[in-house]
Amino acid sequence: MLSYEVVIIGGGPAGLAAAIAARESGCERVLVIERDDRLGGILNQCIHNGFGLHTFKEELTGPEYAARYEDRAQELGVEFCLGSMVIDVSSDLVVHAVSPERGVYGVQAGAVVLAMGCRERPRGALGIPGYRPAGIYTAGTAQRLVNMEGQMPGREVVILGSGDIGLIMARRMTLEGAHVACVAELMPYSGGLKRNIVQCLDDYGIPLLLSHTVTRIEGRKRVEAVWIAKVDEQRRPIPGTEVRYACDTLMLSVGLLPENELSREAGVELSPVTRGPVVDESLQTSVPGIFACGNVLHVHDLVDYVSQEADAAGRCAAHYALGQRSADVQADEAAEAQRALCLEAGNGVRYTVPSTIAPARMDERLTVRFRVDNVYRDRFVSVFVGDERIMHRKKRVLAPGEMEEVVLRRADLLERVDAGHIVIRLEEE
Amino acid sequence: MAREERELICINCPLGCPLVVTLEDGVVQSVTGNTCKRGDAYGRKEVTSPTRIVTSSVPVDGSARDRMVSVKTATDIPKDKIFDVMSALEGVRLSAPVAIGDVVVANVAGTGVDVVATRRA
Ligand SMILES: Cc1cc2nc3c(=O)[nH]c(=O)nc-3n(C[C@H](O)[C@H](O)[C@H](O)COP(=O)(O)OP(=O)(O)OC[C@H]3O[C@@H](n4cnc5c(N)ncnc54)[C@H](O)[C@@H]3O)c2cc1C
Ligand code: SF4
Repeated sequence: MLSYEVVIIGGGPAGLAAAIAARESGCERVLVIERDDRLGGILNQCIHNGFGLHTFKEELTGPEYAARYEDRAQELGVEFCLGSMVIDVSSDLVVHAVSPERGVYGVQAGAVVLAMGCRERPRGALGIPGYRPAGIYTAGTAQRLVNMEGQMPGREVVILGSGDIGLIMARRMTLEGAHVACVAELMPYSGGLKRNIVQCLDDYGIPLLLSHTVTRIEGRKRVEAVWIAKVDEQRRPIPGTEVRYACDTLMLSVGLLPENELSREAGVELSPVTRGPVVDESLQTSVPGIFACGNVLHVHDLVDYVSQEADAAGRCAAHYALGQRSADVQADEAAEAQRALCLEAGNGVRYTVPSTIAPARMDERLTVRFRVDNVYRDRFVSVFVGDERIMHRKKRVLAPGEMEEVVLRRADLLERVDAGHIVIRLEEE
Repeated sequence: MAREERELICINCPLGCPLVVTLEDGVVQSVTGNTCKRGDAYGRKEVTSPTRIVTSSVPVDGSARDRMVSVKTATDIPKDKIFDVMSALEGVRLSAPVAIGDVVVANVAGTGVDVVATRRA
């Protein structure tokens, strides 16, 4: 069987950054397995600018951002298996993949990094009544068609859901000569970044209908019209508010789901909130030696954060594979379990990544990422260790569409490790 | 004197500060609501000469893997030229090999800015 120190599943931005970090941390043999025939993942179809502002201090497009990581990985001698689909990961770190040339093959890994990304929530998850006519696309499928295949899905478009991909596609379709009648959003706030609302909708006079949903789709063979109604606070359509929009295309941008079939079968514990693996401070899952990063862990809106997180996962995976981590573990194996702090999402916070922190093993500083559960103004983000508040920071605006972070210091946690848990919550004062 | 207030959202960072730009006879008097200097600069530019980067993709011949190559304006162009740039890209076809940064259309729509490739093919 082939054998590598670190095997990374998925060659998107997360997989590439993890591979680079693993090589830079001293692993000689690092393999990336990617099912597509190119690296870069979803960035290949994200041709708009706005990537890498934080990392490179310039605004790159998705393909340019991916190319920088691809080039760096090549330079470092990372190995790649393209056109290879991973079908199985076992808890003893054997990865099985299948490719047209090689058939099914197995790879023994010293550590595995899950970087499979996410997929879009399909229409089935929505339950809109009506037939199943042609002309209904997820925004991501439409993005791939227009940007990579050069095909236009339609001319008269309604978009349901104001996630970033939907907003980006509203502009893209408009630039290509289609008419986008509106973007309807069920919630009273948009799930996308504000800058995308300004640059993609406001610039082109495309209305954003908050607290609205599609109630009916007309057309048997092809979409002919959709009906959009206002919803009440319980998100139920309000009778009498329905408006008919004639259109040939309905695009759905109603959320992303981490792609975790492989993780589940490997016995990795998943979070019911993020639908991604539950991880500790080194982004290790519940299965020792399996790490996770990027959209498979939790859905990110900025690729810069994906790269940062993947860099940490790649480093930790390398340390594990090189045996540094197990030495730590041996040093204090019995005490270790009690010396970890559980991280909990308190008032206003939907989830945190990671879920546990062992201060003894964390770096000097650790970034904890989280999302809030509603739009808030003028709140404080507070971190409690046990009953003690160790951080209290004012934020003018917090929204579910934008990932937040706090940076915890090792020294602060080490001395409070007996408190048992850390809570991140929003406070009014 | 014509006094005017315009409300904008700064698009320079995810905070998205709500800005109010006050103009007198078309001249910016003040920007408020911004948290940092970039917001001030954005507010002034956005009401006088707004600009955007335009991205699109064009077909490519002779590549085994790619049918389309993504492209962008090398820097931002005036907002009112966006559709002129799109028209100039109509009918453009590339031949492989293409490198990132290759000029696809020089001085597009008279903006003085080139359209360049953002993908290898
Ligand atoms: C349709 C869509 C559009 C998006 N558009 C934007 C955008 O415009 N701007 C933005 O900032 N963010 C966008 N995002 C978010 C974007 O996903 C992240 O910024 C970033 O690309 C996530 O990186 P990743 O490496 O975690 O995932 P991905 O980029 O999705 O990469 C995952 C890779 O894993 C591979 N893979 C999955 N399963 C297997 C397997 N079993 N075997 C082998 N390989 C496998 C996939 O082929 C893919 O290449 C978009 C997401 C989606 C789904
Ligand atoms: S003003 Fe500054 S802080 Fe506010 S959105 Fe603009 S760049 Fe961000």
